Amino acid sequence: MENKVELKKDNIFKKGFDKIKNFKLNRKVFAYPYVLFMILFIVVPLVMIIAYAFISDRTGAFTFGNFVTLAKDNVSLKVLWQSLLIGILTTLCCIVIGYPVAYIASKMKSGGVIIIFFLLPMWVNFLLRTLALKELFNSLNLSLGFGALLVGMVYNHLPFMILPIHTSLIGIDKSYAEAAKDLGASSPVSFAKVILPLTLPGIISGIIMVFIPTISSFAISEMLGGGEILLFGDSINAKVMHNQLGVASVMSLIMLLMVLVANVFISKLNKGNSASSLL
Amino acid sequence: MNKKELLKKSTSILYLVLVFLFLYLPIILVVVYSFSNNSNFTFSKGFTLDGYREIFAPANREDLFRALKNTFVLAIVSSIASTILGSIAAVGIHQFKPKTRMVVDGVNQMPVINSETVMAVSFMLFFMTLKFPQGWTRLILGHITFCTPYVVLSVLPRLASMDNQTYEAALDLGASPIKALFKVVLPYILPGIISGFAMAFTISIDDFIITQFNKGSSGIDTLSTYLYSSLKGQDGMKTYWFPVSSIIILLVITVVLIVNVRKSIVEAKKTNKSNQVQKKVDVI
Repeated sequence: MENKVELKKDNIFKKGFDKIKNFKLNRKVFAYPYVLFMILFIVVPLVMIIAYAFISDRTGAFTFGNFVTLAKDNVSLKVLWQSLLIGILTTLCCIVIGYPVAYIASKMKSGGVIIIFFLLPMWVNFLLRTLALKELFNSLNLSLGFGALLVGMVYNHLPFMILPIHTSLIGIDKSYAEAAKDLGASSPVSFAKVILPLTLPGIISGIIMVFIPTISSFAISEMLGGGEILLFGDSINAKVMHNQLGVASVMSLIMLLMVLVANVFISKLNKGNSASSLL
Repeated sequence: MNKKELLKKSTSILYLVLVFLFLYLPIILVVVYSFSNNSNFTFSKGFTLDGYREIFAPANREDLFRALKNTFVLAIVSSIASTILGSIAAVGIHQFKPKTRMVVDGVNQMPVINSETVMAVSFMLFFMTLKFPQGWTRLILGHITFCTPYVVLSVLPRLASMDNQTYEAALDLGASPIKALFKVVLPYILPGIISGFAMAFTISIDDFIITQFNKGSSGIDTLSTYLYSSLKGQDGMKTYWFPVSSIIILLVITVVLIVNVRKSIVEAKKTNKSNQVQKKVDVI
């Protein structure tokens, strides 16, 4: 009888020991601290944006008031409209200016080095670059405002468009273009029918990397907008400064939804091949 | 080369030069006018090093150098922490089953794809609600959260290209898992760890939005938030900002250029070699 119990005990110990051994061998455990960290510092803060969007600043009770306040606020609606306009125009300008740069560089032997020069300004702090541009405008006696802000946004975000387009251009098998030529397509036609569609994922990730930061940026429009123009980011900052956390959260939530929709779209297009790796 | 091709090539190069000028002219002018001791693009006081002397003037030195010190302390602490946290995590994440992996990857990518402003607001609400102590705690935690995903993203590809059997072979030969990890896995993923660290460091140093939203009333300023508040200041911008900017611009451009050109030369050599091999194969 006693022997049996001991045997059982032994078995339990052995099982437990095996488990510990397996647990040790299992490298998954190395990820657990960071998974906890992510839940605490990435997921919970984002959930808090949602929570604050539905909480009244004054009473702390559940409310849809923040959404109503935002929808009724003429200034905020103007901000929304201006942000979208600046965002769309900046993105278009970046494609029009950036695509040829990426294309020409991809055709050159030393294109890789040339592209680095176009990406370099990205590493200089954007406040410094915007300050430099502002002083350039001032010295040329150009007035600050919508135009200056648009130039500033393109100036700040152009590298983010060139990089993904260039990445997708150099990934194209050269034989595709040659095949199109052999089959009688002129170079503009082969460009429009072969190269352009193949670089679409690059263009789309460029659009996301330019559009989202542009409309949510703050400080750039303060410096170049001449006090006339406020963007989404400025507006969120101003609301936070005035302790209107509810409305600021609603606006952040709108931004967050845009980011998520854009990324679902791009991941469907790319099927896992993200071209967003920076350098 | 016929005329048409020559024309095409020269227009292409002219176009590249124009865009290049657009990107570089403002920063070049800042460097040029850093010798004017003005905070605009004029030489009304002639060519002078006074602007550079202003940096070390007793009245400015303290605030400016404190901001510089804060920037580096924040960047060093948070990039080292991110590198350790992220590298260890990557080893584990690499072993996850596809479904869990997808969720973890998605959350990890959140700070990368999300708008910085939204991240900054979410940190602020979080720290405020849970009453985290103001100042360094919030800034360092915010920066670690923002930088670690880049470390994970640069270590994971190294792990993916690694042969899993080497680790298991080490275990079979009697190494403890920890020892196998340090002696086999770590050396292999080291390049990824180093580039992850470099990325985390530059992102932290370059950051403005996260710091601006989370510094609160702590009075901790980094270079970028100090520049921002001095831009908004009543008595105009101090004349030492062009010299300070010039030093930063030249430093950043030199470092990034050296790193990248070296990298692309190494890569070019590699592709050259493989091209030669390919040619030989083609000939055969």
